[in-house]
Amino acid sequence: MLRRRRLSSKGDTAARTVREDEGERKECRYRPMRLLAGCLFAAAGCILFAGCLHHEPPADLVIINFTEPESLDPAIVTGIAEMRLTKALFEGLLRLDGTNARPSPGLAERWEISPQGTIYTFYLRSNLAWSTGEPLTTADVVYSWRRALDPATASDYAAQLFCLKNAEAFYNGKIKDPAAVGIRALDSRRLEVELEHPLAFFPDVCCMPVTAVVPRQIIDREGDRWLSARPLPVSGPYELEAWRLNDKVRLHKNPRYWDASHTQSDVVDMLPIGSPNVALNLYETGLADIVWDKDLIPVELQEVLAKRPDFHAYDYLGTYFYRFNVTRKPLDDARVRRAFALATDRERIIRKLTHGGEKAAFHFVPDGTANYQSPEGLPFDPARARQLLAEAGFPGGRGFPRLQFAFYSAASGGAKLQGDLAIELQQMWRDGLGIETELRQIERKIFMGVQSRLEFDVCASSWIADYDDANTFLDLFTSNSGNNRTGWKNAHYDQLLQAANSQTDVHQRAQLFREAESLLVTEEAPIVPVYFYTGFNYFDPAKIEGIWQNLLDEHPVQSIRRIKARQTH
Amino acid sequence: MYFLKRLLLVPPLLLLISFLAFVLVHLAPGGPFDRDRGPASPEIERAIRAKYHLDEPVLKQYARYLGLVWEKDPHGHWRHAPASFDISLKYRNHSVTAIIAQALPVSATLGFLAFGFALGVGLPVGYFTSVRRGRWEDYAGSLFALLVICVPALVVAPLLLMIFAIHWRLFPVALWGSPWHAVLPTTALGLYFSGRVARLLQEGMLAVMPSEFITAARAKGLGENAVLLKHAFRLAVLPVVSYSGPMLADLLTGSFIIESIFQIPGLGMQLINSSLNSDYTVTVALALLYALLLILLNLLVDFAYVLLDRRVAYQ
Amino acid sequence: MMERTTTEPGVIPPSLSPNQRAWRRFAENRRAVVSAWLLAGLVLVVVVWPVALRLAGLAGHRGAEFARNHQPDTLSEEQLQPPGLKHWFGTDMHGRDLYSRVLYGAQISLLVGVVGAGVSLIIGVLWGAIAGYAGGRLDSLMMRFVDILYSLPSIIFVIVLITTLESMFKRWLATHGSPALAGSVRLLLLFTGLGAVSWLTMARIVRGQVLSLRGRAFVEASRALGAGPARILGRHIIPNTLGVVIVYLTLTVPAIILYESFLSYLGLGIQPPMASWGSLIAEGADQMNPIRIYWWLIVFPGGGLVTTLLALNFLGDGLRDAWDVRG
Repeated sequence: MLRRRRLSSKGDTAARTVREDEGERKECRYRPMRLLAGCLFAAAGCILFAGCLHHEPPADLVIINFTEPESLDPAIVTGIAEMRLTKALFEGLLRLDGTNARPSPGLAERWEISPQGTIYTFYLRSNLAWSTGEPLTTADVVYSWRRALDPATASDYAAQLFCLKNAEAFYNGKIKDPAAVGIRALDSRRLEVELEHPLAFFPDVCCMPVTAVVPRQIIDREGDRWLSARPLPVSGPYELEAWRLNDKVRLHKNPRYWDASHTQSDVVDMLPIGSPNVALNLYETGLADIVWDKDLIPVELQEVLAKRPDFHAYDYLGTYFYRFNVTRKPLDDARVRRAFALATDRERIIRKLTHGGEKAAFHFVPDGTANYQSPEGLPFDPARARQLLAEAGFPGGRGFPRLQFAFYSAASGGAKLQGDLAIELQQMWRDGLGIETELRQIERKIFMGVQSRLEFDVCASSWIADYDDANTFLDLFTSNSGNNRTGWKNAHYDQLLQAANSQTDVHQRAQLFREAESLLVTEEAPIVPVYFYTGFNYFDPAKIEGIWQNLLDEHPVQSIRRIKARQTH
Repeated sequence: MYFLKRLLLVPPLLLLISFLAFVLVHLAPGGPFDRDRGPASPEIERAIRAKYHLDEPVLKQYARYLGLVWEKDPHGHWRHAPASFDISLKYRNHSVTAIIAQALPVSATLGFLAFGFALGVGLPVGYFTSVRRGRWEDYAGSLFALLVICVPALVVAPLLLMIFAIHWRLFPVALWGSPWHAVLPTTALGLYFSGRVARLLQEGMLAVMPSEFITAARAKGLGENAVLLKHAFRLAVLPVVSYSGPMLADLLTGSFIIESIFQIPGLGMQLINSSLNSDYTVTVALALLYALLLILLNLLVDFAYVLLDRRVAYQ
Repeated sequence: MMERTTTEPGVIPPSLSPNQRAWRRFAENRRAVVSAWLLAGLVLVVVVWPVALRLAGLAGHRGAEFARNHQPDTLSEEQLQPPGLKHWFGTDMHGRDLYSRVLYGAQISLLVGVVGAGVSLIIGVLWGAIAGYAGGRLDSLMMRFVDILYSLPSIIFVIVLITTLESMFKRWLATHGSPALAGSVRLLLLFTGLGAVSWLTMARIVRGQVLSLRGRAFVEASRALGAGPARILGRHIIPNTLGVVIVYLTLTVPAIILYESFLSYLGLGIQPPMASWGSLIAEGADQMNPIRIYWWLIVFPGGGLVTTLLALNFLGDGLRDAWDVRG
């Protein structure tokens, strides 16, 4: 590239005639062309000017939100970064409180539960309106829920609504009539929801984005492009002012929101920065106020950063674990799986690799989950591990086939840790059990597919709670769950969970869950939990208020504000 | 006319490029819908593929891409299927034209600023090194030009960032939006080209200065500056003008690095992200756009050449 | 071309053959000679270093430790250390010795450059030779194609090529061949892809040469003796273009190395754990933060890249000036 262009004389491309004379006479012939060329240059200059002059006022609050949202449709989003945005734009019947992440009234001001626990009656607030002025009624709620369950919408989280009567059948196409689904409007303010069986955490489900109320008036008109409509009618605390790909999402206060008087910041920018170092740079130079996502911590600097007062670590409900493919020999033998679990030294991993104060996980449901205390789980006991392995027919690891440990890794941030973890685990199994495993790094994009198709032996996994209840974790491994991805099916486990979810008494429920979890991590061990996640976010508590640390990492945008005004650069 | 002929070549060329690029991009497995969390159930996946017509044969998809497909709707009437080139497969709520409309001014501004930087720094340096031969301006200028063409943008950009934005905090470290944001990216991008321009101008001036008509102009009694500026410079700048075409092309591609390191939301970032995400429509659209831009810019450069060199005519 | 008429020392006696005269001219071009030595030195170090490490590993306890510390793949706890006695260029994110990584990256970058240039050589020479020899409409068509390609952004097509063909190849190799080879698919694609977009200048040069050679007596003689065009091209014409070709090959290599660094920087080139200068610079750039500045991560790979590109360019310029070849 340095020399290539010099050698190509432009003379090759045009038949040029170089005249000997000065060419003064040629001037008049080229006047129209001069004019044209002049115009083109002027046009170029205008573009330049226009680009330079584009200058919008600074936001009140700038938050770095990790990834670029693929969509802002609350019914279909699955990523946490997107959910933070949809929660700011669209609200549902209930919302999670920012201080303790418990369900609190949203669009509905109160609700009643029938004695059997299967019928909920919600009372919407009076005078609810969309940001564009139309009244918001129960018809909108019914429309939104039916849309989420409609197979044409292709919502991944629709399964959360299967607790509704006939919802699953409607989603699978067995029932065609949406009116058969257990939600109906009694009048413009009262809504009745009928469940298949009582569900203790149904209020938490009502806080999820999949239940958020979406504007029927726009969706009917625009179809798939409804999010491009401006102004976009929203039901939440903020309106969508601008959504520029890989640039920012700009929100401004929705004055028609029922709680608008408590919205703290007027204009909020959410930046999709994926690199932890860039996020840190922006934060340090004052161009960003808050950085929140556990993947945005530069792992190498974690020890230094953790000492600073503006870096906040908190526990949250997420577990890193590894799965077995129990359909492959010899992993179909529970003794082999238990041996792997007993040989995993969690303390070493936490000490050596993760520096954020994570906790070792011997059971699957993270500590701190509401109304629940987990059972013990398998400890670190290499001697017993070897014994079990010998019992299973592989004394000292002899004769054990070479397995592959699949994981995905990234160059930096939280995902980079996976590669290091894989290497540690490989070493542990080698030293403790005498088993050789191969590491197989898979691209993130196809990783999920590989898991679903059970094309692995052992693979790294993680799960983050959708709501604050043990069921969100234990539910993964029921026989029919799409998130199971181990091939493990156990009828007794399914029964236990079903009984627990029909149970209204909190203690009984916890007891049933404990039995199920024991079965999962101690007896059968189709998975081995490794550690519970610690989250990190950073912001200066002297300048920002309105963020409270909680287990679900739930920080409603409308509660946050800057105390001092930010200087523009 | 010559230029008309060249303009006529453009549409069939673009069509060919679009077809090739479309087919190439479609060969990639791992479509745009592999999810991160939770599997899409097979029914959902099938529904999505059907909705975006990814299950049709490639040629039909291409025809649909161009808006050339008519099909029966559920009521049995023939309807024109809207051209699907406008739908981004990964970002389903943005149309391709909206994405380009948002990113193009940013990249165009960056490109033109860097172009201006290259000329604005390179031309004076080249001029003065040739005019003041043998003196300190010559040595300093030549050394500068030599140094900057040795260091590619992908080394300059991180270095500039490290020194000026992070260590000394003089400029914003990333993003786009105010003139301050534009300083470091423009410098990083334009520095290399300013060196090339300086060297080209220097060589051009040194080649032209001994020629006869300059001596004649001097003999006529014109002032030295007038001679040099009006006559010598006009001819010496011709190699720079003809280099402008390839320079703009390299500016365009060089901007990928700059946009990536400074997180500037321009076309380069979009192209890279879309090709990594197998977002067929955006990738093809951007490839086309770049091709079109370059062809047009080359034409523009040829116009400029004609303006400046009175000795040249096209047949 | 023009004979020197001065009587300075270094005057080249006209009794030498053109090749010998060219070598003399080359020898007097200080920059080119220094560059040639530099490149030779670089290649030497790149080749010798892995051998030296292996020998050191056998040479007792101290040697083994030295070898282990300096392996480019050894992770260690000493992350991001500045340059010092133990690690001459410092260490990177994973505690790997940067000196070794830079040399390893040199290996890959030079390999990609040379092989890619080789690919562009083959395509360019064939294209130019056929166009030049055939003449007439075929020539005009082929050169028009080259002109069109010249104005297009080649790097974009390399990006598209790599991302699309790679998945196809990986799948095919995983089912038919060995999975280990699947890892090198990216490297193979880089060779072919980069070479496939860099042959344009070579084609033009070769065509020019072939045009001038076509009318020469020995070609006429060959044709009279009944040799077919393939034989004439292969036996007579192409060998006579080799001088020119080598010069431009030396100029294509830095172009391809730069392209590859570019792609690796963007994450579309060499994949970890392989390293090239571009990916090393990218890693360094990615680590930039306001708390600690790891300047060695950028300066050393960047310096290596810059020096090599400079040297290759000076060498190529020197060769070109010495043989007085023009396009």
